[in-house]
Parts: sequence; C-alpha cells; structure tokens
Amino acid sequence: MFWQISLELLQGFGVTCLIFAATLLFALPLGLVLSFGSMSRFKPLKYVVKVFVWIIRGTPLMLQILVVYYGPALIFHWGFLDRIVAVVVAFVINYACYFSEIYRGGIESISKGQYEAGQVLGMTRSQIFFRVVLLQVVKRIVPPMSNEVITLVKDTSLARIIVVEEILKVAYDFTVTGLIWPLFYTAVYYLVFVGLLTLLFGWLEKKLQYFKV
Amino acid sequence: MAFLEVKDYRKKFGENEVLKGISFSLEKGEVLAIIGSSGGGKTTLLRCLNFLEIPDEGTLTLNGETLFDASEKKQNTESQIREKRLHFGLVFQQFNLFPQYTVFRNITLAQALLAGQAFAQKKREFAAARRAAPKEKRRALKAEHRRILAEIRENQKRGIAEKTDALLERVGLADKKNAYPYELSGGQQQRVAIARALALSPDILCFDEPTSALDPELTGEVLKVIKGLKSSDSTMIVVTHEMEFAKNVADRVIFIADGRIEEEGTPAEVFGDPKSEKTAAFLRKSLEELF
Ligand SMILES: Nc1ncnc2c1ncn2[C@@H]1O[C@H](COP(=O)(O)OP(=O)(O)O)[C@@H](O)[C@H]1O
Ligand SMILES: [Mg+2]
Repeated sequence: MFWQISLELLQGFGVTCLIFAATLLFALPLGLVLSFGSMSRFKPLKYVVKVFVWIIRGTPLMLQILVVYYGPALIFHWGFLDRIVAVVVAFVINYACYFSEIYRGGIESISKGQYEAGQVLGMTRSQIFFRVVLLQVVKRIVPPMSNEVITLVKDTSLARIIVVEEILKVAYDFTVTGLIWPLFYTAVYYLVFVGLLTLLFGWLEKKLQYFKV
Repeated sequence: MAFLEVKDYRKKFGENEVLKGISFSLEKGEVLAIIGSSGGGKTTLLRCLNFLEIPDEGTLTLNGETLFDASEKKQNTESQIREKRLHFGLVFQQFNLFPQYTVFRNITLAQALLAGQAFAQKKREFAAARRAAPKEKRRALKAEHRRILAEIRENQKRGIAEKTDALLERVGLADKKNAYPYELSGGQQQRVAIARALALSPDILCFDEPTSALDPELTGEVLKVIKGLKSSDSTMIVVTHEMEFAKNVADRVIFIADGRIEEEGTPAEVFGDPKSEKTAAFLRKSLEELF
C-alpha cells in the first residue's frame, strides 16, 4: 500500500519535474531577451517590455494559467491547448519576467568602468559582454536566482487548477477515498528536491568565490 | 608636423560645453602633463582622445594620418572607432581591472582576443585557398594548413606570454602573476592596469589621475613606474594633481581651466613663470594644499 502510493506520487512528481525543467529551459534565455528589452535605448521597446513585466508580475500566476488555458478558446473560439503545454507557457512567461528583473539588476550593477576598460582595449561589444561582464553578473545573481528557482518548485502545484496531474493533485485525489496522509507525504518529495537544489546553488556560489566583485 | 596634433576639440554635454576648443601637439617620446582644477574638462579630453566620447568638432592627426575628423561622420562606425582606439591606451583613476581574471589574464585578454581574430582570418583564407585548389591536392593542402595554423597559434601564445612576463617585470609585479585583483593593494592594481594598457603597445598612453584613488604612501610606486616608462621612450599624456611629478617628469605642461587651455609650456615656464593669473592662482592654491 505505502509503496503503491509512493509510486503513484512519484508519477505525479515526474509531471512536477517536467513543468519545472521546461520552465527553466525556456524562461532562462527568454528572461535575458526581456532584460535586454527593458534596458533598450529604443524607448518604445523599453516601455512595452516594462509594462508587460509589470502586468505579469502584478497578477497571480494562477490567473495567468487560467487565461492561457481558457483564453484562446473563450475569446477566439480556438481549441484548447494541451493542459500541460498551457501550464508550461504560463510558467515560462511568468518566470521569464521575474528572471529578467534579476538579470537587469545584475547587469546594471556592473560599473561603467568595466565596459570602458574593455572598450579602450579594443574589445567588441559582445566580447565585453561575454568575456568581462557576464561572469560578474552570474556571481551577483546566483543568490536571487536560487530563491526564484526554489519558489518555482513549489509553484508547480498551481498547475492542478487546470487539472494537471502533478504530485499535489495526485495526493489530493487520494483524500476523496479517505486517505489523508499522502497529502502530507508529498512534502518529502518537495523537501528532497529543494534540498538538492540548495546544495547545487551552494556549490555554485562557492565555485564563484575565487574572485570578488 | 608633430607626432600628435589635436585641433580645436569641442565637446558638449547637452547645453554644457565642456571642451571649448582644445588644440595642442606632442612629439614622439614626450611626456605631457595636464593640470587644472576639477571640472575643467581634463577627463573629458582624455576620453575624447580614447574615443570613449566622440568630440563634436575638431580633428586629430597621429603620425601624419588624420585619425579623426568630426566633420566626417561616416568614417566613425563602431568597428572603425575600435581600430582607432588601439592607437591610444588609457589608465583609469579607478584601475578597472577585471576582477574574475588573474593579473596575467588581465594583461593578456585583449591581446588574446585580437590574436584569435587574426587566427580566424588566416583560417578562412586557408579554407578559401583549398576550395580553389584542384580536388586531388586538397588533402595535402589540408595537412599543410593544419601544421601552419598550429604553428601560428603556438607562436601567438608564446609571444603573448613572453611579452606579459617582461611587462610584469617592468612594473615590478613578476611575483603577482597569478594573483587576483582583490588580493592586491591599490598601488599594485594600478601597476597591473598600466601593464595591461602597455600590452597593446599603444602609440600614446594616457593616464587620468592615476594616483588619486590611492593612499598617499602608495602613490610613489605608481609614479615611479610611469617615470620608468619615460626612459623607454613612451609617449604619454598624464592628467595629474602631483605637481612635483609634473615638474620633474613632464617635457611639457598644459593648464586647463573651464574647457580651455589657459597656459602651455615647459615645466620651467609654467611653474616658474606663469603668464596667466588663473594659472598662478591655481599653482598657489595647490602649493597651499600641500602644507
Ligand atoms: N557624461 C557626461 N555627461 C554630462 N556631463 C558631463 C559628462 N562627463 C563630464 N561632464 C561634465 O563635464 C565637466 C568636466 O568634467 P571632467 O572632464 O570630468 O573634468 P575634470 O576631469 O577636469 O575634473 C563637468 O562639469 C562634468 O559635470
Ligand atoms: Mg577628472
């Protein structure tokens, strides 16, 4: 019985991990694109991006999931997206916005002198970004990114609002049959996952301790 | 014609005209000291020479070649500017070393990137040559090219390493080759910054108050290094508050006030017998600060 339920929860946890991984895979680069947009010297682009980020960060993720899933069908009478696809789309947009703000803060915290030192040494813009600035930015954003990524692990449970069978949904379904403990048992899965992530980020922070910015 | 000729440089920030027509010339191997109270436009002038700012008006001639002419906007695209920058070096007040790299890597990075570009260019040329060659010869060519490219890379690496070791020797930091910037004192960091600027062998090396961010007891070691460069025939422009240094090391001195050259001459002329009342007042004031 215990192993049976553990296994079923593990399946749900697989869905949780899928949402988690797909979100990171797309939101990490998309966030960088958005951060460049929000720092653009082309004013209209800058303000469009800023307003977009404000809307996404200013509304609940749960609402965004509902809009992505029901919106196209209700407004345009298109079909429904696959549930998991809708969830991932909503998560990617939401997290890309949060990441973009972290990236922007990191990039803007690098002193102008670093860029100018690269310029007078004849480096190109992209050489300055990749060879001089990037690692310093990474070092600065590891702590806030680790917070955000850990939050993402737990946010995946919002997917059940459109009946995606992630771990908490699976556990919740057991309560209907009178089993409450699987619900509490899910905490173990989350804790192990977050524990591993914490170790990973701790390791990364340590790796980057060899220099000071 | 002098080695460097700057003519009528003007620069505005919005409505604020910071450089109001600066003209001067400099011979090869000379050291020019620029003095003046803060806000006068000294930093802006150095930034214009290094193309960190683009002057609104004026021309710059180096070694007979017109490097910059403000009236010809078209020739100032980003990659052209980048090439022009290589004629000049700049040592900043705040050092601006790259914190994630060792002393050695700080000095070699820009050279390595340039070498990489030259290498990639050669590789493309070889590839084109192979495509043009008859089919049966390509295989032999490929082996030959591979050997030459490996040799080029090896020479580049060795050249850069040897040059860097010599530079570190010159600024007295041979033992700090593998240290990171945060492990160094301000004076040592500034000496690394000088070596980094020298690594690209600029025609003219500029210093913007290289000792202003340092504790007084550390200024000596940096000034000594700059003085040492003079004997090796480097052409230098040094913005400084160190009047003694300007007096002893410079071949010529310019006093800038409010975006204009107020006084110009040999150290003996400017310090011993200033013609302008502004200069005299400035020199009196900087003497007072000393005591
Ligand atoms: N990027 C800039 N934008 C606007 N004003 C500037 C800028 N850089 C310098 N200035 C102004 O130019 C004037 C001269 O500055 P600067 O060249 O730094 O003088 P100095 O180095 O002689 O102290 C100052 O009034 C300063 O406020
Ligand atoms: Mg200044």
